[in-house]
Amino acid sequence: MTTPLLSVRGLGVQFTGARTATALSDLSFDVGSGEVLALLGESGCGKSVTLRTLLRLHEPRRTRITGQISVDGGDVLALRGPELQRYRGGVVSMVFQEPGLAFDPVYTIGDQIAQAVRAHEGVDRAAARERALQMLERVQIPQARRRLDAYAHELSGGMRQRAMIALALACRPKLLLADEPTTALDATVQIQILLLLRELQRETGMSVIFVTHDIGAAIEVADRIAVMYAGRIVEENDVAAIVDAARHPYSAGLLASTVSAAHRGRVLPTIAGAPPDLSALPPGCAFAPRCDRATPRCREVQPALIREGQTALACWHPLVHVEALA
Amino acid sequence: MSAALAPDAPALPALVDRGGPAQPLLIVDALRKHFAVAGSLFDRRRQRVHAVDGVSFVVNKGETLGIVGESGCGKSTTARLIARLLPADSGQIVFDGDGVDEFGGMALKDYRRNLQMVFQDSFASLNPRLSVLEAIAYGPQVHGLAKAAAHARAAALLERVGLAPAQFGARYPHELSGGQRQRVNIARALAFEPRLLILDEAVAALDKSVQAQVLNLLQELKAERGLTYLFISHDLHVVHYLADRVLVMYLGAIVEIGPVERLYGQPRHPYTRALLSAVPSMDPAHRTERSPLSGDPPNPIDPPSGCRFRDRCAHAHAACAAEAPTLRETAAGHWAACHLDDPGSGHPEAPARVAALARSA
Amino acid sequence: MNARLETALPDALDAPAVPTPASVVPHAAPRRGRWRGAARQLLRDPVTLISALVLLAIVAAALFAPWLAPADPYKASMIRRLLPIGSPEHLLGTDELGRDLLTRLMYGGRLSLLMGVLPVALAFFIGTAIGLVAGYAGGWLNMAIMRTLDVFYAFPSVLLAVAIAGALGPGMSNSLIALTLVFVPQVVRVAESVTTQVRRLDYIDAARLSGAGALSIIRVHVLGNVLGPVFVYATGLVSVSMILASGLSFLGLGVKPPQAEWGLMLNTLRSAIYVNPWVAALPGVMIFATSMGFNLLADGVRSATDVRQ
Repeated sequence: MTTPLLSVRGLGVQFTGARTATALSDLSFDVGSGEVLALLGESGCGKSVTLRTLLRLHEPRRTRITGQISVDGGDVLALRGPELQRYRGGVVSMVFQEPGLAFDPVYTIGDQIAQAVRAHEGVDRAAARERALQMLERVQIPQARRRLDAYAHELSGGMRQRAMIALALACRPKLLLADEPTTALDATVQIQILLLLRELQRETGMSVIFVTHDIGAAIEVADRIAVMYAGRIVEENDVAAIVDAARHPYSAGLLASTVSAAHRGRVLPTIAGAPPDLSALPPGCAFAPRCDRATPRCREVQPALIREGQTALACWHPLVHVEALA
Repeated sequence: MSAALAPDAPALPALVDRGGPAQPLLIVDALRKHFAVAGSLFDRRRQRVHAVDGVSFVVNKGETLGIVGESGCGKSTTARLIARLLPADSGQIVFDGDGVDEFGGMALKDYRRNLQMVFQDSFASLNPRLSVLEAIAYGPQVHGLAKAAAHARAAALLERVGLAPAQFGARYPHELSGGQRQRVNIARALAFEPRLLILDEAVAALDKSVQAQVLNLLQELKAERGLTYLFISHDLHVVHYLADRVLVMYLGAIVEIGPVERLYGQPRHPYTRALLSAVPSMDPAHRTERSPLSGDPPNPIDPPSGCRFRDRCAHAHAACAAEAPTLRETAAGHWAACHLDDPGSGHPEAPARVAALARSA
Repeated sequence: MNARLETALPDALDAPAVPTPASVVPHAAPRRGRWRGAARQLLRDPVTLISALVLLAIVAAALFAPWLAPADPYKASMIRRLLPIGSPEHLLGTDELGRDLLTRLMYGGRLSLLMGVLPVALAFFIGTAIGLVAGYAGGWLNMAIMRTLDVFYAFPSVLLAVAIAGALGPGMSNSLIALTLVFVPQVVRVAESVTTQVRRLDYIDAARLSGAGALSIIRVHVLGNVLGPVFVYATGLVSVSMILASGLSFLGLGVKPPQAEWGLMLNTLRSAIYVNPWVAALPGVMIFATSMGFNLLADGVRSATDVRQ
């Protein structure tokens, strides 16, 4: 098997402060070259924290990071100064949820993309501006030349998101991190952005980690899905396998409680209770208090994430699916 | 459970069904609201945001009417106009046969007991300085209920929405999760025993699993209390689950309205079709290959002449620019505003489509 | 449309900072448990604690001056002029007329503190009331009020204070009036701004939907959320008021000799700088210490009452 582009081993992130919250515990996963991984989970599960840790965006004094992250063979946690700046944007780049907030309101978007290009590649202004124009055309912004001189607030939501993708891809990163990029967009715009991301990924061959709470978005974009809960990965598999035969009770519950027409007239299946307090995690499986399959073992001993080839599962009593006879 | 009140809490005067079952609970007639764009005082060509442009519809007793549309379509403004949080430029609201806030009609304060609203932002909907119980008890006190009785009712309602009063009653909004806050908002709305509840993207900001809990709660409450819901959402799945009839808005106007299964199964308006096909696929084997629409939803400032959707419509024709289509009934209870359904509109494809519809009916 | 998910955990740390309308408004902590929490936090902050103690000492010295002061503030002595600090019987030396400086500083504190706190307190009440009306009403009433106040706001405070005091004439009550008038527009600005922000929030709409009248809504929902930020702002104004008052006295528009007031003392001790600079600087030191004390205390109160979402 070829070396994965991104390799995370035993990553733990704790935020200190009035109390200590364990945002991530013992996180381990790989992302291969050209692969799209979706991190699926609800608020507080740690998916956004994972992305920010990959870019070292946390406040160093209030954060304790343990474990290993290596991208393209290099140790990410050891990067300092200019190396770290080269890494951010040049090797790994990020697209945020609120496109309006990612742009500086006093500079045009063309300026900002050109600035990013010059910071990483040291080309002159004209060349950088040319590249900015290319990027805007690549993300299919109509009238790209005019938009180069537009400010972020002059663009609509969908265009801003395209501009942010252009900014993120300007320096040809190997790994793109997308933090709920379509959550704040309208339905007709969302599907355009999802298709755009898929197309760009195919063209450039970059890897993508796509964070979302929307299973539909994950299905459209991802090759594999990793379901997260309370700072850990509880299940990881191909998209089809997760959707058709989720084995972890949380994944299954999440999929089941996704509203669809099929439920019409009936009570929706729900997962009882609420996610745990990250500063006071229970000793055993974090999902045990809400799981109807929980046994005393679940409550006492944390199930380890067991990997078998493409799949990973952390559960003492996973669901079993009977294969339908073809 | 028949009544959610604690046995010793005196009730507010009960609201009476005046019109009978055949009378629609709410009739909205030609609501219009334009906002002036803040421009130069001397700007001759004053731009106006056509937020709501002549919207008329009916909400029947006991049903859930879903309103869908994207940003800028005017659905939230419509909700606020109906709730009289904004004054309408023109148009009329008739509640159970009585005109609202009109001479000879219903007084605003009475209307405000009949109609309540739950907003999207659960945190901004609660006064951060009031405890949960106080927030719920405020409304009934305004209507004259004694303080003790109001608090008792608030406690009973908290219980009903699934939050134990002993544990949650004294908490402040920032001490609750999003789902819990939304339950408090629902309890507060129910404190008046309203007949119509407007839910403006009430579950949009919640996690999926919490959303399911709140939706179940809403369905229970509706059945228990005989409520009527006006459910505004951008999430087509949720609307499909919840609504009996659906209304689709675009740029301040209604483009289609009909029974939910019919509208989802055989949408007539090109925008509705585009909206339905824009929903991400749930089948990994059949991902979406092409986006149904390009570009963003347009700005409701100075909409195009004729049909507002013609800039993005695949079937646009000169007839569409010349005249704005009106709502036509294409099947029982199913209305669409498109020239394609009007044989006399001058659109070349219209006669064929109307004939096809007649054959399939 | 903003489908931003709120964190499911009520107190999860480091929720990504996407501002919701509520978090933009710095509302004061609700009562009971929140005040106690704020007090605890205040006591834990060393800077705030020290400034509070220093302030307390100054206020106590001023309050109890008649009993604590070693000498008569008005007793002059020509042979004992400008004695240095640490002289026998005169701990902080004497001024240009031979009066004990320590005593005069303590008595001076009474007037200086009064001139610092009273105008701000008056401006707080008047300004909040006007700001609430302007913010809640909106529309042309808001414009009328705010643009009128803008005229006053356009002048630098010192200039405005001098102008008004000069027009009214010298004397303490006139300078109190002048200072109050200087601060009212500033307080109105803050109050109106916060009221406008709060007014836009959904819970005000929900209150309107409950059929409540404007007065009830302002009293129950708006006032509590506005008082907090305005109070914190006003606390910061106290030091400004003190300095302005000292300035007015320095210019001869406020307190008149032989009364003790720090600004006035600065003025009369001006010529003594060449003879005994340390003594001449002492009233300035008091002004500085008190201003810093109020500023730091205001900072501490602000962070203690700030609600962390």
